[in-house]
Amino acid sequence: MVHCENAFPYVKIHQHGFKHASMADTNDTPIASALSFQDIILTLHRFWARQGCVILQPYDMEMGAGTFHPATTLRALGGEPWRAAYVQPSRRPSDGRYGENPNRLQHYYQYQVIIKPSPADAQDLLLASYRAIGLDPKRHDFRFVEDDWESPTLGAWGLGWEIWCDGMEVGQFTYFQQVGGIAVDLPSFEMTYGLERLAMYVQGVENVYSLRFNDAPAGQGVTYGDVFLRAEREYSAHNFEFADTDMLIRHFGDAERECAALVGRGLALPAYDYCIKASHLFNLLDARRVISVAERASYIGRVRTLAKACAEAWVAGEAA
Amino acid sequence: MAEFFLEIFSEEIPARMQAEAAAELMRRMVAQLALLDPQDARVWYGPRRLAFAARIGSATAASDEDVRGPRVSAPGPALDGFLRKNAASRDDLVQEGEFYYLRRAIAPVTAAAVIGGAAFAASLAALPWPKSMRWGGSGAFSWVRPLRGVVCLLDGAVVPVVLGPVASGDQTEGHRFMAPGAFTVTSAAQWQADLQARYVIVDADERRRMIGEGLLAAAGEKGLSIVEDAGLLDEVTGLVEYPVVLIGAIEPSQMALPPEVRELSMKVNQRYFATRDAAGQPAPFFAFVANIAADDGGAAIIAGNERVLRARLADAEHFWNLDRQQALEDYLPRLQSVVFHAKLGTQLERAERIAGLAGRIAEALGADADHVQLAVQAGRLCKVDLVTGMVGEFPELQGIMGGYYADDPAVGAAISTHYQPKGPTDGVPEGEVACAVALADKIDTLREFFRIGETPTGSGDPYALRRAALGVIRIILENGLRVRLRALLENDAVFDFIIERLRVKLRGEGKRFDVLNAILAAADDDDLVRIAQRAEALERFIATETGDRLLQAYRRGANILRIEEAKDGPYQTEVIPDRFDGSNGAEAKLNERLNQIAQGFNVFAQENGFDFVLNELETLHAPVETFFNEVTVNAADPAVRRNRLRLLAKLRDVMHRVADFSKLEG
Repeated sequence: MVHCENAFPYVKIHQHGFKHASMADTNDTPIASALSFQDIILTLHRFWARQGCVILQPYDMEMGAGTFHPATTLRALGGEPWRAAYVQPSRRPSDGRYGENPNRLQHYYQYQVIIKPSPADAQDLLLASYRAIGLDPKRHDFRFVEDDWESPTLGAWGLGWEIWCDGMEVGQFTYFQQVGGIAVDLPSFEMTYGLERLAMYVQGVENVYSLRFNDAPAGQGVTYGDVFLRAEREYSAHNFEFADTDMLIRHFGDAERECAALVGRGLALPAYDYCIKASHLFNLLDARRVISVAERASYIGRVRTLAKACAEAWVAGEAA
Repeated sequence: MAEFFLEIFSEEIPARMQAEAAAELMRRMVAQLALLDPQDARVWYGPRRLAFAARIGSATAASDEDVRGPRVSAPGPALDGFLRKNAASRDDLVQEGEFYYLRRAIAPVTAAAVIGGAAFAASLAALPWPKSMRWGGSGAFSWVRPLRGVVCLLDGAVVPVVLGPVASGDQTEGHRFMAPGAFTVTSAAQWQADLQARYVIVDADERRRMIGEGLLAAAGEKGLSIVEDAGLLDEVTGLVEYPVVLIGAIEPSQMALPPEVRELSMKVNQRYFATRDAAGQPAPFFAFVANIAADDGGAAIIAGNERVLRARLADAEHFWNLDRQQALEDYLPRLQSVVFHAKLGTQLERAERIAGLAGRIAEALGADADHVQLAVQAGRLCKVDLVTGMVGEFPELQGIMGGYYADDPAVGAAISTHYQPKGPTDGVPEGEVACAVALADKIDTLREFFRIGETPTGSGDPYALRRAALGVIRIILENGLRVRLRALLENDAVFDFIIERLRVKLRGEGKRFDVLNAILAAADDDDLVRIAQRAEALERFIATETGDRLLQAYRRGANILRIEEAKDGPYQTEVIPDRFDGSNGAEAKLNERLNQIAQGFNVFAQENGFDFVLNELETLHAPVETFFNEVTVNAADPAVRRNRLRLLAKLRDVMHRVADFSKLEG
């Protein structure tokens, strides 16, 4: 039963200018023996490379999650086996907090693994990867907590779990069932690590900006804040206040048309680029709060239509 | 008897699905094994396994079946064909009545053959899940999560069964981290004992008991008590194979958050139990259940969970501090941009409607001008917290946050309780201001959705209108509010809907069906408190000897009337005293009593009027019985007869002002 009030989307307000109380008074020093942010990435690369994954580089477009990378979305379709791992910068314009919230970022990194078809030892592999970055399952409390994954914009869903370590969500594990509206032939295992959150846990810090990015002699180390704090401030201002919404709406329409045109020519990959573009433009418009509740559903539907068309073009191209 | 044992080992099954899956497994196995006379059937469930065991016969019993053949009178070739088809001879036939029958022996089927049969595997494979999935190598087969093993044993020997991509064997695994690796299963008892040694408590009740006791003990050591939560306990039981209860500390500064905020985050996001100190106040500790006895005694696990909670609550503190930088009133204009429902306008329009209605209800409840004003104000602000940051983050806190953010405590109290009652065990608001706002909210919802035709159907009630109606009823009854509901509602369809829910509610509480029908069919009453009292009083009354005698007398009169009215049409209730038979006075006495009672009914509208009315009715049975004993209704003189029937109609009329006695049974 749906409670009346909850049946309706609430308007989420984006506020800023508030200094977080616990930021100033926390002694937020990373554990010295823990892996640095970049070493966690390098360790995961080595780990998954040994499992036969191709180590890809980030896709060169703005996207909301590593799942959007064609190496996951499109490769999850069709009958060819596939193993890949990569870092994907993920942009969630609405999650920006002007660098003032210790846990929220409008730009963060996901580590993404896809293995198709899903191997019988997927859970064991995953746990071994956590062990590799310093989380010992004999000392920590690892759990697989129900999490049904669904992406309305990608027309995709799967079943799996949130991976919990001591009550902290350190990853999402999904068995893909459908992508782009198409039931998959070979279900993939997809694993997404939220790298910042994972690193915060490994290093024992409570503020993302305190993360130790690299290992360097005293005084020369770089923190996450050194790298990204200014970007968080500037992009938050851009996302919430200054992005030109007329231009974004125009670009959305352009991307939508271009995607459809390219699908018509059977060019699944370039078409899919424009689908990704449209999705990000929608996220920006959403952050600027110029999309009404009713329009919101329609925008999501339009992106899904593109994603489906791209998925169909991809499958058709594979079969040819 | 042999022991049958089945274990279905898989990746983690969602906690909420385990118990029902086990119950369904039990139903299916017992059905499949029915011919083997299963005894002591048991199921077990947990995050990674479902299991079943029973003692069964070694084979189904031998039996006969009679196959009906052709008629005895049928031509010869028909019988020949039947015998050929069944590979039988004439000697095998028996003749019963007009037919030949072929008696055939059914050979016993061994237990292994039943279990290894196609029907058995198909029944297992079709075990329903709320959502199921395919995985690498499963082909078209789907299960709730990937299947990893099936143990299927008959007295310790593997019976081959194939479930999707998995063939049965005798190997299973213990705790994922504390006892990895496979071991051999030989029986249910050995399986359970070996798993216990491998840190898996397979019996869910046992796990639940361990967690309950562990919580008590761990909290007790710190002088704390646990805030009980049966739903959370069940969920946690389904999340662990080896429960270890631990206690973590809450950052002292975060105890300044409203307890509802803190405890919601703890429960929903983290599955933590809240604690209370000796004085019953929220204590700065939480209890949780790990799935492992860690080699450091749980120190890292506790530290980790404390850190996670600190971050969660820091997020909540952020919204708590931010939201309070403005007065609640200042958020009101933002409701303009929140759509309540596509056909029902914005939350701001809704708030204005609720405000107006809350004021009118407060007046109807007899509130003074100041309190009416408070009800209007609370009504207008009751939805405002929907646009605050905290409710955006935690929708479950709607109402609660408005209560904290309101300046006036009376307004705050009314806002915080206006969604109540949210369920059968939830309390109702108290006080005229809070009741007025809570009623206004629900009545507005009912009226608006009825207006656009979104009324509940047999199975669907997407806007929870039944709950809203029940809320109206419970607020009125449990506070004893005397309101003319029909006038307040200004909507007869909604009134009828609420009365129907009242009937369902009172039936559920054990009120007699016929008594409710009698009360609801009688006077057009819209005072729910009085309706409930009347049902109560009538049920009591007809259980007394006097009541029963009056009911019998009423029936006798009503029967006569029914028969005569079928011939003559309805009788009026004006009697002519001159036509009474003067010799015994029975008619006159009955008439006089009825007149007095009718006059007495003027107090009906007042407090406890119904008991008075029933007391009056009690005095009626004697004159009615005398009337029937001494008077012949169908007198020879048509005028006298008509007058006597009118007297009976008058009796019926008076009694029907109390209840429709014709609806009473027994």
